[in-house]
Amino acid sequence: MAKLNLLLLLVLLACAFGLVTSQHQGRKAFGALESETARARELDVEYGQLQLEASTWGLHARVAGIAAETLGLRPPDPRRVRVVEPQAAVAKP
Amino acid sequence: MSYAATPALVRLPIWRARIVLFAFVGAFAVLLGRSVWLQAVKTGFLQERGEARYSRVLEVPATRGRILDRRGDALAISTPVKSIWAIPEDFRASPAQLRQLGRLLDAEPRELNRKLNGSARDFVYLKRQIPPETAERVAELGIPGLYQQREFRRYYPSGETMAHVVGFTGVDDTGQEGIELAFQGSLAGAPGSRRVIKDRLGHVVEDIESIRAAQDGKDLRLALDGKIQSLAFAALKQAVDAHKAKGGALVAIDARSGEVLALANVPTYNPNNRARMIGAQLRNRVITDLFEPGSTLKPFTIALALELGKVTPDTVIQTAPGRLTIANYTIHDAHPGGAMSVAQVIQKSSNVGAAKIALSLPREEMRELFRRVGFGAQPQLGFPGEAAGKVREARTWRPIEQATMAYGHGISVSLVQLARAYTALARDGELLPLSLVKTEMPVAGRRVLSAETARALRAMLEAATQPGGTALRARIMGWRVAGKTGTAHKLEHGGYAAHKYIASFVGFAPVSAPRLVVAVMIDEPAAGQYYGGAVAAPVFAQVMQGALRLLQVPHDAPLTPVELPGEGEEAREST
Repeated sequence: MAKLNLLLLLVLLACAFGLVTSQHQGRKAFGALESETARARELDVEYGQLQLEASTWGLHARVAGIAAETLGLRPPDPRRVRVVEPQAAVAKP
Repeated sequence: MSYAATPALVRLPIWRARIVLFAFVGAFAVLLGRSVWLQAVKTGFLQERGEARYSRVLEVPATRGRILDRRGDALAISTPVKSIWAIPEDFRASPAQLRQLGRLLDAEPRELNRKLNGSARDFVYLKRQIPPETAERVAELGIPGLYQQREFRRYYPSGETMAHVVGFTGVDDTGQEGIELAFQGSLAGAPGSRRVIKDRLGHVVEDIESIRAAQDGKDLRLALDGKIQSLAFAALKQAVDAHKAKGGALVAIDARSGEVLALANVPTYNPNNRARMIGAQLRNRVITDLFEPGSTLKPFTIALALELGKVTPDTVIQTAPGRLTIANYTIHDAHPGGAMSVAQVIQKSSNVGAAKIALSLPREEMRELFRRVGFGAQPQLGFPGEAAGKVREARTWRPIEQATMAYGHGISVSLVQLARAYTALARDGELLPLSLVKTEMPVAGRRVLSAETARALRAMLEAATQPGGTALRARIMGWRVAGKTGTAHKLEHGGYAAHKYIASFVGFAPVSAPRLVVAVMIDEPAAGQYYGGAVAAPVFAQVMQGALRLLQVPHDAPLTPVELPGEGEEAREST
């Protein structure tokens, strides 16, 4: 009887320690999840800011201005433009 | 044990044991009573207090949806910023700290003091919407009674180019104008909250429940094409500046889907800087302004006459001597012609011709047609402040009014209504529903004219852009265009102003398979020229040329440079 009780006590202790450990680990995992979620939000914010930046740098008027002034690009002379019809392109690859 | 072994040695009186027993029972009774009191009666209160030690309700922020153009480029994005507020009673700062704070917040220390001591409020904003980096440096000052609050600020990278469509939000991130206001419901997110357990150090260790899930606002993809829009805005601005006009408006509609690809207004404003905004800049002239369209309305008069079989494109109308008097009022042609066909009435924009044709039409039918192509009713864009315009009851029309209405006087329309009406001509008689939001599928229109009538008018409108017509400057290289000029006196103080005009042009291209309808309106050009063909048509040509190239529309005309008419030899329209 006493032996059985002792055994049960040991089992109980093991269970209790297990519970405490798993709780602790659960909380640690949760903490990690929290910080990752926060990071995800931060990255989301940064993505938005980068998108803003991309839109600002890529403004059509700005691109057109740089193309014309810095790179010296201009529309081609219409006399030098040839329009290729899709059918013709298929016939003569 | 030794006592038990010697029971007879000391005989304690029985009452002492009783007293001790009684005392113990009493003490236990008190303990029991106390525990019953705590466990059963005050349990709710105690649990609440206990929970308050470790459980916290956290706000889960939600971001407002982004607004994108049809290519996916961002037009409006919210990004977090900080607002600095204070409780004046608790606010303690040394003069040096105050100076530093003032430098960070870009405010005079005197100004800050005024805010802090101005009234007996227990809450005062010192500065709203500052960048997070600045907010961090403010926090480093460690001034008691100074707090920060996370907020969102809306940024508009395309600035003034798109301002009138996108609109803007107020300081609380709610829509105030334009799409921001119209789609407030779906753009706005709903912040949520959740209950968590925090440990002694303030770390969240467990999630108990989600009280309300945060809902981010939905992204919205507009029909606008950023490239065409910026092209349209640049062309319009240049024309308004060159002609010293009061303002201008332009709208471009996809003739297949009814999507609004570009919508530009001048003057405009910068939605990122809300400090200097005045009413005239904020108005979206395309949608909310009404004007008398002038000759751009003639095609619909002619369309009705064709539908009713009153005329054919070849019927000859006598417009000599360029005047027509009805009940003390005389209609003039700017350039009197002789006998001309119905097609030439459009091509040369003869008021007398259009008026004569209109007088042969029943007025109820005429009003019905105007209503059918969308005048006098809101265009149902879902935009705030859409103007409906006015088409008066047919039985109140006097003959002179019916005659002037034929060439667009005595009727008020908005530019977007006008452009939409032209979709009926571009689409073989089907009037398209318009959309500011990107639609995936081609839409079915509502038939308002027969296909033959629409085709006949397309031919007439194309002739208007060719030699002998009023809109030579609307031609572009590589595509056939069709369109109508309009020049109308402005209405002022109940009458027509003598030297104030509205020049307009509405047209579409390519004529063989119309893809794009563009309407341009220039308000009060004051640099000499004021005819629609000279002021508005070049803007149309510039935008149409660029847009068709961007949309990769196949050419239907040879790629030869367009010869522009020299000064003076240009045919001009009457109104």
